[in-house]
Amino acid sequence: MKLKSKILIGAAFAALSAFTAQAADTIKIAFIDPLSGPFAATGTNGYNQYQFAADVLVNQKGGVLGGQMFEVVGFDNKISPKESLVQLKRAIGEGIHFVVQGNSSGVAHALTDAIKKNNERNPEQRVLFMNYSAVDPALTNEDCNFWHFRFDANADIKMSALTDAIAAREDIKKVYIIGQDYSFGKAVAAAAVKFLGEKRPDIEIVGNELHPIGKVKDFTPYATKIRASEAGAVITGNWGADMVGLAKAIGDAGIDAPVYTYYAANDGITKTIGAAGKDKIRLVHEGRVNPPPTDEYKAYHMAFKERYPDSDISQFRIANVISMLAMAMEQAGSTDVVAVAKQLEGMEYTTMQGDKVYMRAEDHQLIQPVYISVHTDENVVLDADNSGYGLVTETTVSAEDAAIPPLGCKMERPS
Amino acid sequence: MFELIFFSLLNGIVTGLLLFMLASGLTLIFSMMGVLNFAHASFYMLGAYVAYTISMYLGFWVGLIVAPILVGLMGAVVERYGLRYVHRWGHVAELIFTFGLAFLIEEVVQFIWGKDTKAYHEPEILQFPLFTFFGQNFPAYKAFMLLVSIGIFIMLLLILTRSRVGLIIQAAIHKPNMTAMLGHNVPLVFMGVFGVGCALAGLAGVIAGPALGTFPGMAVVLGSIVFVIVVVGGLGSLTGAFVASLLIGLLQTFAIALDYSVNDLLQLFNISFDADSAFRDLWTLSLPQIAPILPYLLLVLILIFRPTGLFGNRET
Repeated sequence: MKLKSKILIGAAFAALSAFTAQAADTIKIAFIDPLSGPFAATGTNGYNQYQFAADVLVNQKGGVLGGQMFEVVGFDNKISPKESLVQLKRAIGEGIHFVVQGNSSGVAHALTDAIKKNNERNPEQRVLFMNYSAVDPALTNEDCNFWHFRFDANADIKMSALTDAIAAREDIKKVYIIGQDYSFGKAVAAAAVKFLGEKRPDIEIVGNELHPIGKVKDFTPYATKIRASEAGAVITGNWGADMVGLAKAIGDAGIDAPVYTYYAANDGITKTIGAAGKDKIRLVHEGRVNPPPTDEYKAYHMAFKERYPDSDISQFRIANVISMLAMAMEQAGSTDVVAVAKQLEGMEYTTMQGDKVYMRAEDHQLIQPVYISVHTDENVVLDADNSGYGLVTETTVSAEDAAIPPLGCKMERPS
Repeated sequence: MFELIFFSLLNGIVTGLLLFMLASGLTLIFSMMGVLNFAHASFYMLGAYVAYTISMYLGFWVGLIVAPILVGLMGAVVERYGLRYVHRWGHVAELIFTFGLAFLIEEVVQFIWGKDTKAYHEPEILQFPLFTFFGQNFPAYKAFMLLVSIGIFIMLLLILTRSRVGLIIQAAIHKPNMTAMLGHNVPLVFMGVFGVGCALAGLAGVIAGPALGTFPGMAVVLGSIVFVIVVVGGLGSLTGAFVASLLIGLLQTFAIALDYSVNDLLQLFNISFDADSAFRDLWTLSLPQIAPILPYLLLVLILIFRPTGLFGNRET
């Protein structure tokens, strides 16, 4: 009797949820990223930014295609490629056709591969993959495919912009490269050596160091070495605790050289670095924060802070993903994956920050201006981590200058 | 080069003395109770987090005093109601108990304080460079860490060798049964030593938190190295722990500072290899890259050639 009633209740719930899923006329977007585990903080912040963007940029403006709303559904992949594929299957099973993911290029590789195969085998269940953060250049080069679109600037584009900024500074004669001992740290080092060699052959690379990832308890010895090498600039791809430790050690040692980084802001990092990194730490990124480029962006940022007081808009590109997807649907007049993808290809779009960007059709890499900003507490209108410190843009590399031609992308397009 | 050596020496001593604060408690606990306390570094982490929370309301200095006391009390409770109960099933059970405790503490810390790095900063009056040498600053806070560690070492040494309590502890380390027969409350001594050991670890956490970062992984990066010190220094030997801590601290700092590879060594003997050799990766391995494994190499060598440790008089 007890068991029977349980089954009955279960069946009732199942029927009910199936009904609500059909009744609500929404376009679901699967967010496959870590929502638990060591990277949960970053993942959850991204999820909030998607929810907010979908809400403010689409739903409050009446939705797309005559009133269909966006709904971002979270799928926790625990930053594991294997788990991501399970979650992708789940999403496809729920009839979702649009997937966003960003944390870890390893996951992005697994997803883009699985989605390509799925779309070939199941034409009626095709999926579009919008990658908003995974920056491995291979994803838009040799491993590109028609279903993958990247909205962040890839690692080579960022390094190109960063080395442009270094090349423009005549006073920098020596550069020290330090990174975590794994694929990304090595890729950053290789790209830095390559681009610096092309742009400023006179610059001496005085150090090219890899340290164990997540195992260094004190970065002071590395800071001592950097100081002794008389480096005029430091380049690092470090993230997480390794970034905080390095920035603090460099600040404490009183090294007066710019430190060029990829990931030294937001999610607690800005607050922890604090005064130690003032006017030293620089970040290469898309999307400006200070000075706020437009009033519209400022209002958007403030509204986000109001809803999520402990988070920041750390990935402005998320707003671009949502807006450009909505625009592509409107232009295509449907939510058919192939039609939407064809609209996204080559799409020109002016962002909320007033930047003109376009989705390059050859390799599906968004071509956009890249900024180099400094960590400071002066002239900061929109701070990070509620710390008073934030990023103020110093150098702008235009979309044309930042663009690197696609390398080896051969894309098969559905007829 | 001189600059590099000078600062590496200073950094090595600061790191070494910090390690000593952890190792001193651990070596006393280990030699007295025969328990390898895997959760020792977790108390170090607890110290940093508790002090961080206190410092937000009452300032750094209150945290410096109160946090180690709280952590010490937690340690005493763990000994009294956890370890002592588990003890009846032998050392293996105790070992597994502390092993589990380490995970538990890490999860609880993440549960309460979250996973991101905490903005635990040095007190304002210590935020200035003490001196500048060759254009490189030596922060006053590092000097403060140095002073605290040396103070603790001297205090421990005096208590253990000059006081009555120290006498009983020394006796309990070597002959626990005999000490109990003489009418001393050995379980109480155990609880006290465990508590003080944890308090010292907590104190190390309090002063290391602002300098090395307060994050959930801070126990793991330090945990295993402390065992190396205990074994290298010799069981139950405070002097041994002190020397081994400095040794490991300097070893790690200098290994990072000096960029030599196997190749450089071979070239001294006029041996060279072509770039396509199958062992190329081995020859190009540089000292900074193998720096993290050097302490463990030392551990293995010590166990083979001097199992009692540098200053110990008991077999490990």
